[in-house]
Amino acid sequence: MASKQPEIANSKVNIEYRRKKNAEDMKHQVISFALMIFLTLIAFLAVMYPKTFDPLFTVPFIILLAVVQVIFQLYYFMHMSHKGHEAPALFLYAGIAVGFLTILTFMLLMWW
Amino acid sequence: MQAEERLTLETLPADPEKATLEGKNKFLGFWLFLGGETVLFASLFGTYLALKNSTNGGPTTQELFELPIVFAATMLLLTSSLTSVYAMYHMKNLKFKQMQLWLIVTVLLGAAFLGLEIYEFHHYVTHFKHTIKSSAFGSAFYTLVGTHGAHVAFGLLWISALILRNAKRGLTLYNAPKYYVASLYWHFIDVVWVFIFTVVYLMGMVG
Repeated sequence: MASKQPEIANSKVNIEYRRKKNAEDMKHQVISFALMIFLTLIAFLAVMYPKTFDPLFTVPFIILLAVVQVIFQLYYFMHMSHKGHEAPALFLYAGIAVGFLTILTFMLLMWW
Repeated sequence: MQAEERLTLETLPADPEKATLEGKNKFLGFWLFLGGETVLFASLFGTYLALKNSTNGGPTTQELFELPIVFAATMLLLTSSLTSVYAMYHMKNLKFKQMQLWLIVTVLLGAAFLGLEIYEFHHYVTHFKHTIKSSAFGSAFYTLVGTHGAHVAFGLLWISALILRNAKRGLTLYNAPKYYVASLYWHFIDVVWVFIFTVVYLMGMVG
C-alpha cells in the first residue's frame, strides 16, 4: 500500500493530519527520553550511595532499570510500537534468546 | 515517480523510508542485522561477566572505574539518541535542513562520547598499566567496551557520509531508507551502552 502512495498527490488536509500525528509521536519520544534519563539517574544513585541498598538488591535492581530503559528505546525511539514491526520483533527477540543462552552458558561454565 | 526525485509535500509518503521495495528490504535486512549484533554483544558480555574477576594481580573494577566520567558519557550518548529521533521527525515532515542539522548535532555528541572513551582507555593504560594483555579481565573489558566504541566510530563515519553525500540532493525515496536505517543503528548503539554502563561500570562498583 505504502508503495502506491507517491503516485497520489497528497492533499493539504492529509499533510496537516500527518504533521499533527508526527508531533504527537514526537511528544511521546520526549517523554520517554525524560523517563530514560530518570532511570539512569536512579541506577547511578543506587550505586553511588551503596549504604542505602544491599548489593544483593542493587545488582538485580539496576539490571531491571536497564531492561526497562531499553524497552523504551526499542519501542519508542526505534518505533517498534508502530505497525509493520512483526518481522523486526522476531529477529530481535531471536537474537535476544540466543544471546541470553550464550550469557547463561558462559556464566555456568565459570561457576561450576 | 523516480526514487531519486526530490520529494515535495505533494509526493511525500507517510513513511518515506518504506515507500519503495528497496527501502522495505533495507528496513527488514537491517533489523535482521541488529538481531545478529545482539548475539555478538551478548557473547562479549558473557565473556566479560565470566572473566571480570580474573585480574592477574592488576587493578580490580572498583579501583579502576570512576563514575562521573561514565555518567557524562552516558548522558552524551543518550542525548544523541534523542537528537537522531528529532532528525527522523523532521524527515517525516520533509524538513530536510532541520533533519541534517539534528544529525550534525548527533555526530558531535557521538564524537564527544568517543573522545571521553579514548581518554578513559588512555588513563587506564598509563596510570594503572591496565591493558588488553595484562589480564583476562583486561582482554574481556577492552574487547567488549572497545567493540562498542568501534561501532560508535563507524556510526559517526556513516552518518557524516550521509549528511555530506545528500547535502545538495534533498530528501528522496532513495536516500530516506538510508537515513532511517542509520538512525536505527545509532539507537542500537545506545541500547548496547545502557547494558555496558549497567553491567560493566555500575555492577563493577557494587563488586
